[in-house]
Amino acid sequence: MPSKQEILDLQFIDARHMLINLAAFLDRVDRHHGGDDYRLEALKAALPILLSDRSDRAKVVLESFSDLSTDLPQTAPFQGASGATRPTTTPHS
Amino acid sequence: MRYIEPHAHMVSRTTDDYEKLALAGCEALCEPAFWAGFDRSSADGFYDYFRQLTDYEPKRAAKYGIQHYSWLCINPKEADDPGFAREVMSIIPQFLDCPTVLGIGEIGLNKNTRNELAIFEEHVQLALDRDLPILIHTPHLEDKLKGTHLILDSLASFSKLDRNKVIIDHVEEHTISHVLDAGYWAGMTLYPESKCTPSRAIDMLEIYGTDRLWMNSACDWGHSDPLAVPRCALEMKRRNHSAEQIDQVVYKNPLKFLSQSARFMPGSPKT
Repeated sequence: MPSKQEILDLQFIDARHMLINLAAFLDRVDRHHGGDDYRLEALKAALPILLSDRSDRAKVVLESFSDLSTDLPQTAPFQGASGATRPTTTPHS
Repeated sequence: MRYIEPHAHMVSRTTDDYEKLALAGCEALCEPAFWAGFDRSSADGFYDYFRQLTDYEPKRAAKYGIQHYSWLCINPKEADDPGFAREVMSIIPQFLDCPTVLGIGEIGLNKNTRNELAIFEEHVQLALDRDLPILIHTPHLEDKLKGTHLILDSLASFSKLDRNKVIIDHVEEHTISHVLDAGYWAGMTLYPESKCTPSRAIDMLEIYGTDRLWMNSACDWGHSDPLAVPRCALEMKRRNHSAEQIDQVVYKNPLKFLSQSARFMPGSPKT
């Protein structure tokens, strides 16, 4: 197994690249007109997880984007997945 | 390096991709039936698709020294119309005796509906009746966690199911432990924009071990990479995984699961 130093040597530039891309994406969305969007809210809600000290950040981020409702529709009300839970399928609790 | 690509949708790929797979060391690949990117207008469309999977693709692969196997079903998306799904399911049995058909798949859920779940369970029963392995698709993105729980709950109701003969695919960090803890195999799909990256797949191997795990590209008509598995093997090497560990994940593990079908025999001529 590689050391922390080796992982950083291998992947720091890539992680830096992804973080700057995310920052630029948020700037880009802010710069353009339009209203609130559930996907942007979900993204912002997940960001603090990155700064936590836990060792399962990827899992918790994925859970934060997940549909936690328990209802089962007979048929699909729409097709496709957007990556974040639409407000209409947000759990009632 | 030798490897098995356990999940690829070659009907959507060019012959050049078969050559690339062969050059990268692919000895055998498996193609589950799936959604073609559009809804078919009739069951006859599936009849032709199953002919393509069981006759044409094995011959195309054989030209590059690759064995081609398939899994049959109606995919979860089109299964949301149960009448249509049952019409398609009625033609599946005539293909199940084809020499390269391994089992039932990729069944599962798409938008987590009652209709999808009913057809999923009818597929599981078909596999049980024929003693066939099962390959299960879990939903995309925000639907995956809920869909995985629904699938696990449903499978638990089949008391005669041998969990070693079931692989639940497209796991990610939030679903992998649920699948492995329940005794099933888990598949990690290496997909550029959704599902899992090579780095994350290797993280999961380091955390959960290599038992009952495989990796696949699921390359299809979307943005995907038919060489995702060998690329991940290279990334494993960069992260100091040994040649034996890499071979375990990209060859021995899929070999172990797939060999539960007596038809899966890499190295022997099939066509």
